[in-house]
Amino acid sequence: MAKKESINPGQWVAAYADYLYAFALKRLQDPELCKDLVQDTFVSAIHNLQNYKSSSSEKTWLTAILKNKITDIFRRKASETPLHWLLSGEDNTHAFFEENGHWKDKHAPRIWETEEADPLENEELKEILERCMEKLPPLWAVVVSMKYLDEEKSDHICKELSLSPSNYWVIIHRAKLSLRACLEKNWLKG
Amino acid sequence: MKWHNNIIYNCKKATFLIDKKNLEGISPLQRIELRLHLAGCSVCRLYYSQSRRIDQMLRGFYPTRIKPENGLDEAFKKGLQENIAKEIKKSGA
Repeated sequence: MAKKESINPGQWVAAYADYLYAFALKRLQDPELCKDLVQDTFVSAIHNLQNYKSSSSEKTWLTAILKNKITDIFRRKASETPLHWLLSGEDNTHAFFEENGHWKDKHAPRIWETEEADPLENEELKEILERCMEKLPPLWAVVVSMKYLDEEKSDHICKELSLSPSNYWVIIHRAKLSLRACLEKNWLKG
Repeated sequence: MKWHNNIIYNCKKATFLIDKKNLEGISPLQRIELRLHLAGCSVCRLYYSQSRRIDQMLRGFYPTRIKPENGLDEAFKKGLQENIAKEIKKSGA
């Protein structure tokens, strides 16, 4: 008979607090908020011990609780970004392109002159990208985070954030255009 | 053959298709349209490679300035442990 996984809340802080904190921080980049979430996760878990299924590990169960809390925050952030200006007709990328669909001269991609294999350059690029992420409107940052960090399916993200597929792709594209432009500007400046 | 005229000269549409293709794929017709555009547009070819590189970076993305190893300090953990002990008592677990 399979041994029933025991649950031991007294050991949670020592065993899982750092892991859960890192998990939250990776998605929310706000240390104080993430500390609160770790605490909330443990408290919710203690009050819902009856929902724990011994088929999953404590760690998986706690992570799932934390993930739900992060998704709630994502939803709230998403609802704070007004959609209408983002999605006004065809014009949502007019900052980058001319009327006829050509790149505007000053926004056309330029060669970065970096070596993809160079780990130092990659680290530097990543740091710039991270700062660029912080400048995105909350909804875009949330969509990018769900898609790339959590590797969620697009239709799942649409459902969670109440987005239509076409709005979703506009957001992805706008976010990518903005990140690329921001990265280039700061990289070539350096 | 009017359908391709549109995209051949349209970087706005091409870049949208590039981002969609790299993430989730596009229809066969869209692939042909995009290939035609890229054949004649070096700027969008550059966008294509940079877009892919950004995707790669985002997938391996980790905040570098806040390292998890200098994350939770012991004082916070101690407080957390005490709060949890209280909650356990409260819940009768």
